[in-house]
Amino acid sequence: MGTRVFGEPVRRREDARLLTGRGRYLDDLGRDALAAAFVRSPHAHARITGIDVSDALDVDGLVAVYTWEDLPGRVGEPLPLLIPHPALTHGRTGYPLARDVVRHVGEPVAMVVARDRYLAEDAAERIRVEYEPLPAVVGIENAERADHLVHDDVPGNVGAVLLQETGDAAAAIDAAPHTLEFRLSIERSASTPLEGRGVYARWDADDGSLRVYSSTQASTSVRAAIAARLGLPNGKVEVVAPDVGGGFGVKIVHPWPEEVLVPWAARLLDREIKWTEDRREHFVAAAHERGQLQDVRVGFDDAGRVLGLDVRILHDHGAYTPYGIIIPIVTSTQLLGPYKIGAYRAEVVSLYTNTLIVTPYRGAGRPQGVFCMERTMDRIARHLGLDRADVRFANFIQPDEFPYDQGLTFQDGRPLIYDSGDYPELLRKVRELIGWDGFEAERKAAARRGRRIGIGLGVYVEGTGVGPYEGGHVEIDTAGRVHVSTGLTSQGQGHETVFAQIAAAELGVPIRDVHVTTGDTRRFGYAVGTFASRAAVMSGNAIALACRKVRDKALRIAGEALEADPRDLDITDGVVHVRGDTSASVPLRTVAVLSNPLRYAFDAETAAATQFAVGRPATEPPVAEGDEPGLEGRGYYSPVRSTFAAGAHAAIVETDPDTAEIAILRYAVVHDCGRLVNPMVVEGQIHGGVAQGVGGALYERMVYDESGQLLNASFMDFLMPYATEVPRIETDHLETPSPLNPLGIKGAGEAGVIPVSAVVASAVEDAEGLRVEAMPLSPDALYELRERASEDPGLRVREGPRAGAGPGGQFAAGVSGALPPSERGR
Amino acid sequence: MMEEFHDIALTVNGVHRTARVPARRLLSDLLRHDLGLTGTHVGCEHGVCGCCTVLMDGDPVRSCLTFAVTAAGHDVTTVEGLAAPDGTPSPVQRAFRECHGLQCGFCTPGFLCTVTALLRETPRPTEDEVLEGISGNLCRCTGYQNIVKSVHRAAELLAEAGVDADAGAGPEGEA
Repeated sequence: MGTRVFGEPVRRREDARLLTGRGRYLDDLGRDALAAAFVRSPHAHARITGIDVSDALDVDGLVAVYTWEDLPGRVGEPLPLLIPHPALTHGRTGYPLARDVVRHVGEPVAMVVARDRYLAEDAAERIRVEYEPLPAVVGIENAERADHLVHDDVPGNVGAVLLQETGDAAAAIDAAPHTLEFRLSIERSASTPLEGRGVYARWDADDGSLRVYSSTQASTSVRAAIAARLGLPNGKVEVVAPDVGGGFGVKIVHPWPEEVLVPWAARLLDREIKWTEDRREHFVAAAHERGQLQDVRVGFDDAGRVLGLDVRILHDHGAYTPYGIIIPIVTSTQLLGPYKIGAYRAEVVSLYTNTLIVTPYRGAGRPQGVFCMERTMDRIARHLGLDRADVRFANFIQPDEFPYDQGLTFQDGRPLIYDSGDYPELLRKVRELIGWDGFEAERKAAARRGRRIGIGLGVYVEGTGVGPYEGGHVEIDTAGRVHVSTGLTSQGQGHETVFAQIAAAELGVPIRDVHVTTGDTRRFGYAVGTFASRAAVMSGNAIALACRKVRDKALRIAGEALEADPRDLDITDGVVHVRGDTSASVPLRTVAVLSNPLRYAFDAETAAATQFAVGRPATEPPVAEGDEPGLEGRGYYSPVRSTFAAGAHAAIVETDPDTAEIAILRYAVVHDCGRLVNPMVVEGQIHGGVAQGVGGALYERMVYDESGQLLNASFMDFLMPYATEVPRIETDHLETPSPLNPLGIKGAGEAGVIPVSAVVASAVEDAEGLRVEAMPLSPDALYELRERASEDPGLRVREGPRAGAGPGGQFAAGVSGALPPSERGR
Repeated sequence: MMEEFHDIALTVNGVHRTARVPARRLLSDLLRHDLGLTGTHVGCEHGVCGCCTVLMDGDPVRSCLTFAVTAAGHDVTTVEGLAAPDGTPSPVQRAFRECHGLQCGFCTPGFLCTVTALLRETPRPTEDEVLEGISGNLCRCTGYQNIVKSVHRAAELLAEAGVDADAGAGPEGEA
């Protein structure tokens, strides 16, 4: 890799179009398409007793109304359970349109197609659906109590019971010098991309083929799902993910009901049809995440080393399980983080409720697991009167212990073996960055001014780059352009740029000559999708492997042309030359011409490759055995198991003694994702992740009432952070290359969000001296915690050495530098 | 059930445009679906996220909360009209690219319009003025840090060029 484009903060190639209004998001397509709208259940649990569409028929511009009874064959079957698991003994999925029973508010009941969206909604609101309400099961505790059932044939509302176990945790805890037992809770939140979902389909009746655009994270799988439902061969269905306005996990689910129904109706009516989700629909009809109760028992020694840990996780998966139990599997495995835990047992009980489905949102179960483990570390430190950082240090896997086998099975079905890392160094760096060791002086200075501040930290490990595979295709054309494609989609992370950097570096071509296509089944048909911080690891390596094939071929052909040994050749700026002698050279565009023996010369350039021009021996075929025409190559990367990134975060918060407002004064991140392809892009991912983490820690929750109505289904009421709520994030990097893949990289997409709730909880607990056991922590919740603590001294954390009890004075800046914007004259 | 239509005329990115729309048609839908200017995005349909922000007579408005008929006779600038007539990106557009102030790009047109107006009012904003100025726009990707950086950078670029923030966005600009 001779060029310096890999590892550089190359500016994004996406931006030119996105900054000028020339992006192509789903709703920007299909200007003349008919519009679909959906009638959705207003009840959390009800039996449908009748549907009367007669009033809708008066609406001018109405084209069609469909209910479940109209759906033929496989179109009307329950949606697939995408990721079956032996522990998911009672998996259930919904129908594309509800059949008989609805199980959450927002479940689609009827589809309307009309000339435009206004008219489609006019018609939809005139459809009268009669319901017989059934008791709604809302909240994890109610689900577990099972006074009522979400599905008649699922006893106890239990979809899955999953056990993860190494050693005899119960015995280890019983034998430990110290034990603690407590319950933690995390609320529901959601990905909430600013662009909702959307599907646009057009049927070509002459060709018998379908083209579907979907704002998805997995276009190849959407294609397979649509083809299967509509009885079409894969080759007759194209699925394109256009510019996607954020996904953060929610757009990995497929096929959504709308992804089946819109293409089906487009074929049936032989008309283009588009559905664009509106914001309220997104809140009630897409998917949520987080949402767990955790019962923890832990046993530890005098140094704070964990000897046994037993966690019972009650997970709310909503009304259906289309995405299986990936989230609690991730929680229960990634919970162990960077630590050597003596004996471990996790029991997950995954429960049905009459609320929206729960599928991955950035972090995908990790924030819950890290919250559990890091709260546990803090509890141990407080119990023993030790520094919280020291307790973590005492439990770390050491740098010379890799690969480290945690003895569990990860979400990819492979052993949970960490490939590389340096956790003590991460902690050291974050302590330094936040000023951990001098904090006590800062706290005292603040207290003298009547201000209450606290410090917290959290460390995590993130399995990234899960398989099974991704592929890449690279072709150099006769103009010297390099066309790179991968089936993996983008949701705004900057894949066009990062993949172009990898290709340019591998091939030795200028990055401006590289053109990247993602998520378009017309260009690349085999792929998995963008999730689990896997894009750079999976597609990045696949593209690198494809480039290496193309490079080898280019050098071989150029070697023949230059009468040189390919091993003596190099490629610089798109020109193949003898190493150290640029006079003997041939440009890649000419190599591309030579790679394809032609019968017909269609221009002067290609005349060089025709049958009378090339010099292959007359006794050999023009295309040698085992060779192929064209300067192109395809590569697949399929890792034996995931690679494990890690990070340490720390924060200083201030709590208002009167109003219980919580402000994050400083936030520090030290992050290790192996080799960085583009540090600017990685940093951007971290910023965005932390902001979502701040939302989850302080603001965002899904407020369901007891009847299963989502009370805050709008941006007025669901408090997504604005610029004024997100602190400035200070970052530092560590690069521990992964030994598992050719580029040595690990994933970075989700990292930022993972420990934030744990870190903020740690800091607020430190500021208040009160035990924080539930997130998010609103001013209301903190006020209530103070009230409860005034009655119950057990909620007070034990005073002992706090952060920075050490030498102190290292952090001399005092409080003024740490003030939030609101304290600086706003 | 038939709707009543209204003929309206307005200036969009310096170009005289006419349309025949029902009274309830939103300005955002007029721009996107009738005029084909899909750079203006709709993120919440209730005026909270700011994705649909455009400039009406130079001031930022939420096009999802504005009826198309009320834009009649007015001068609207969308993201497609921010660059100079020759296609040179505006200082705000350049700054966002330089500072990695966008990821998925969906909220970006709203930010660009908001910031263009902000810097015209306040050419050298303080940190707090920047935060205040963009505090009505949601972004789910960037964590805002690089957006804030972009605004400061845009102010620098504007100062260097010695021009107003609305250069290229005036009535003479072409779509």
